Amino acid sequence: MPDKKEKIVTVEKEWCKGCGICVAYCPKSVLALQDGKVEIVDLEACIQCGQCELRCPDYAIYLREE
Amino acid sequence: MPSELVKNYFRTQNLPHIWCPGCGNGIVTRALVKAVDSLGLDKDKVCVVSGIGCSSRAPGYLDFNTLHTTHGRALAFATGVKMANPELKVIVITGDGDSSAIGGNHLIHACRRNIDITTVVFNNNTYGMTGGQFSPTTPTGDKGTTAPYGNVDPNFDLCNLATAAGASYVARGTVFAANQLEKNIIAGIQNKGFSFIEAMSTCPTYYGRKNRKGNAVDMTTYLKENAINKVAWDKLPEEKKEGKFVIGELHSIERPEYTEQYDKLIASLRKEG
Amino acid sequence: MTVKLMQGNEACVAGALRAGMKFYAGYPITPSTEIAELSAEALPKVGGKFIQMEDEIGGIAATLGGSLTGLKSMTATSGPGFSLKQENIGYGIITETPCVIVNVQRSGPSTGLPTSPAQGDIMQSRWGTHGDHSIITLYPSSVKEIYYTTIRAFNLAEKYRTPVILLLDEIIGHMREKIEIPENDDVEIIDRKKPTCDPSEYKAFKVKDGDIVPEMAAFGQGYRYHVTGLVHDETGFPSGNEHVADKLLNRLIDKIENNKDDIVTYEEYLLDDADIAIVSFGSIARSSKTAVDTLRSQGYKVGLFRPITIWPSPEEQLVELASKVKKIYVVELNAGQYFLEVERIAGRHTQVGKYGKINGDIITPEEIVAVVKEDQNA
Repeated sequence: MPDKKEKIVTVEKEWCKGCGICVAYCPKSVLALQDGKVEIVDLEACIQCGQCELRCPDYAIYLREE
Repeated sequence: MPSELVKNYFRTQNLPHIWCPGCGNGIVTRALVKAVDSLGLDKDKVCVVSGIGCSSRAPGYLDFNTLHTTHGRALAFATGVKMANPELKVIVITGDGDSSAIGGNHLIHACRRNIDITTVVFNNNTYGMTGGQFSPTTPTGDKGTTAPYGNVDPNFDLCNLATAAGASYVARGTVFAANQLEKNIIAGIQNKGFSFIEAMSTCPTYYGRKNRKGNAVDMTTYLKENAINKVAWDKLPEEKKEGKFVIGELHSIERPEYTEQYDKLIASLRKEG
Repeated sequence: MTVKLMQGNEACVAGALRAGMKFYAGYPITPSTEIAELSAEALPKVGGKFIQMEDEIGGIAATLGGSLTGLKSMTATSGPGFSLKQENIGYGIITETPCVIVNVQRSGPSTGLPTSPAQGDIMQSRWGTHGDHSIITLYPSSVKEIYYTTIRAFNLAEKYRTPVILLLDEIIGHMREKIEIPENDDVEIIDRKKPTCDPSEYKAFKVKDGDIVPEMAAFGQGYRYHVTGLVHDETGFPSGNEHVADKLLNRLIDKIENNKDDIVTYEEYLLDDADIAIVSFGSIARSSKTAVDTLRSQGYKVGLFRPITIWPSPEEQLVELASKVKKIYVVELNAGQYFLEVERIAGRHTQVGKYGKINGDIITPEEIVAVVKEDQNA
């Protein structure tokens, strides 16, 4: 799908409060909590579904358009 | 750097917000902003009004005309704003206690007038700002700091209340089903009349802890597993509704809108004069 | 020139319309209801808005909401309703939202004697809302004066960006008197100062050099700002900082207290050679004036000092008065509320006595004459 814009999951770490909602609903285990903050642990696996951004209460994770 | 949506609609200098880790209020606020974005509303013509409580701190983070008022009175202030300048898109952000306890009278009368205001209730089933007392939407039997043995009060169904009082658009959503919530808010803003959207939120800090509902993820998953869409709900036998609740668009009718009626009155008087 | 026999409450609405009132929100209550009724009739004819709210709290809340969109706004009530409005009067004070709140007083406490007169809300009009603050309260005593004082109430609200209380009492609210309203008067009308800067530079609660209050943008005009009842900094956003709190809360007091020269108004009657003074306001000042005439005819050197602005109180004028007379009688239709203020100010310089009543009756000139004579001859 060459036309589809590439998006990259991006973390605004200072705003993350470590609730774990994004980690729980990520269907591909891209994310993990480390030291109370979200970490991208498997970027390759990300399917850019946006489940993390949709439910992040702190606007700390989103899909950035490249 | 935050997302484009956040950059465009939030006062990012005031972020991060004051809400606790895992609080659903941020999710509802984002759904509301997404709805405004989807509709392409002019930010200068949007006025967001709130009362007092956790949810009511939301307008301070939003880049519109914003009015953080007194406890329970958001709808009364908003009624003044809308009446005085009907050109404004007026959105009220309120909580379960703010809207249905101390502000219950303003809620039923705003519904009755069918004034063109979209109200989004962040329902977290508790008074979070004061530390977790039971509210009019705390389920009977659940605990709060003022219901240490379990709440003996029956609880309100806010959507039924709004429908009965005359709101022309009523919907319920959850912080799990945030996309659907956004769609309901869009429909609510588009409705020419009083729109009432109950957003089932989560308070892991007080309500969750006090009632052993688990962490933010557990509470969000609870909303996922127990919310049933209106279409499916209507086909469900009564016994299967036990412990579940309905979400989606619950009520939508056409009724004369208040400020339009008043403007007609002005026009007729001026024609006579 | 319109010459009319007008009721006090009617003159209030006429004055409000002359001042540019475009929004009224309220709730019916005796003896103020005519103000709502006449506003409901008049406002839509001039493109203004009237809304009857579900309760008194809604009345003041919607009034403030209307003002924030840029319309000159008013609400009217009476004692019980005035009590209910107090929290949001404080909101108007801290958010610097101009509006006029009319309180046509009646006997209390609680439901009291709903159709009987009283001047029992003197202190409530000063200290009704919680927390430290200053306030402007005006108290006219004739139908004509209600007309012009209502205009002044709007002017002061706009100029100082604050709720202004217009105290009437049942007697003058319902009294009918002849009033002449010129067609082309030269009454000054003040409008709030609006920002002209680029919205990106607008600080909603910053006072420009030389100004008394911040410039006020109306919602919907492109200046997207935040209004909150929390202590806030110059941007309008909440702050828990003690210096911010100190600065804001003192500024709100100072903008009124430091401008008493502009705000305070009063009438002096036969005080030049007086050695006895009566301090009285509203309807009871009329009884007091007649009493002064009677006492004068009997050889007593009595005069009347009538504050029209009761808050902030005419402190300087009362000190001066106290230095000239041997006794001040505060005559008011309550158990001695303004007496407390007059005694505080004048008590160091002269004797201060009081005469009041709380049974729903008015105070007659004869009573005042008797009180003064008895005391003077004791």
